[in-house]
Amino acid sequence: MPSLLFWIFAAVTLVFGAAVVLNRNPVASALSLALSFLGLAALFMGLDAFFIGIIQVLVYAGAVMVLFLFIIMLFDLRAEERRRINKVAVVGGSAVSLALFVQICLVIAELRGAHDQFPPLPATRTDDVRDIGLLLFNNFNLPFQVIGVLVLVATIGVIVLSKRELR
Amino acid sequence: MATLGQYLIVSGLLFTIGFAGVMLRRNIIIIFMSLELMLNAANLSLVAFSRYRVGADGLPNYNAQVFVFFIITVAAAEVALGLAIIVALYRARQTTHVEDISTLKF
Repeated sequence: MPSLLFWIFAAVTLVFGAAVVLNRNPVASALSLALSFLGLAALFMGLDAFFIGIIQVLVYAGAVMVLFLFIIMLFDLRAEERRRINKVAVVGGSAVSLALFVQICLVIAELRGAHDQFPPLPATRTDDVRDIGLLLFNNFNLPFQVIGVLVLVATIGVIVLSKRELR
Repeated sequence: MATLGQYLIVSGLLFTIGFAGVMLRRNIIIIFMSLELMLNAANLSLVAFSRYRVGADGLPNYNAQVFVFFIITVAAAEVALGLAIIVALYRARQTTHVEDISTLKF
């Protein structure tokens, strides 16, 4: 991926990611989250991970965001916006987050190969869906089936939780 | 061409934004969205390392991308379950503000 495109999509991802946290209105936060996911999908495709990029758009920007927006619009959240901000909590939380980011930067600075370019790929091979599929169904067959059972369990759990009478 | 370190910095910054959202916001839905941001930051660094570790056949290390696929699947299941729990909580307490939900039993 050319550097300019990388910076554009990184900026989209980070600015809208910050907008998720900073927006007072939950609907605006959810729509910022969708744009952040789209920027991230573009970054994935810049890393030649086309399958992951498409899955990111379909699952996150599609399914997960629709779910979030449904739930937000189900609630009446206008009263939440009028809350007073607790200054001590904001300062403390920002300080802890800043400390975390400084530590991450220190780790990356120590990392061998952090300044390396990505090695070039053979120009003819772009069918990463086939390669990931082969790996998924050969080497990772059992985890794949376990994931299927997990999704089934989650579906049943959601149905049980959504019943009006919880006992 | 961007370097591996730049992708990792973007990933770390995205993780920090998600972490700050969990620390600073008191609306449980926003906290949940911030958790999704943190999961995605982890995915970005996994894909960057996958592209960096090119194997003997000249292809990226697809093990990491299979891992990202699993993470996305688990995250989707987690979102469905978490939102169902939040809806049940909202029915019981009519609030999504975490400071209003401070007792285990009600």
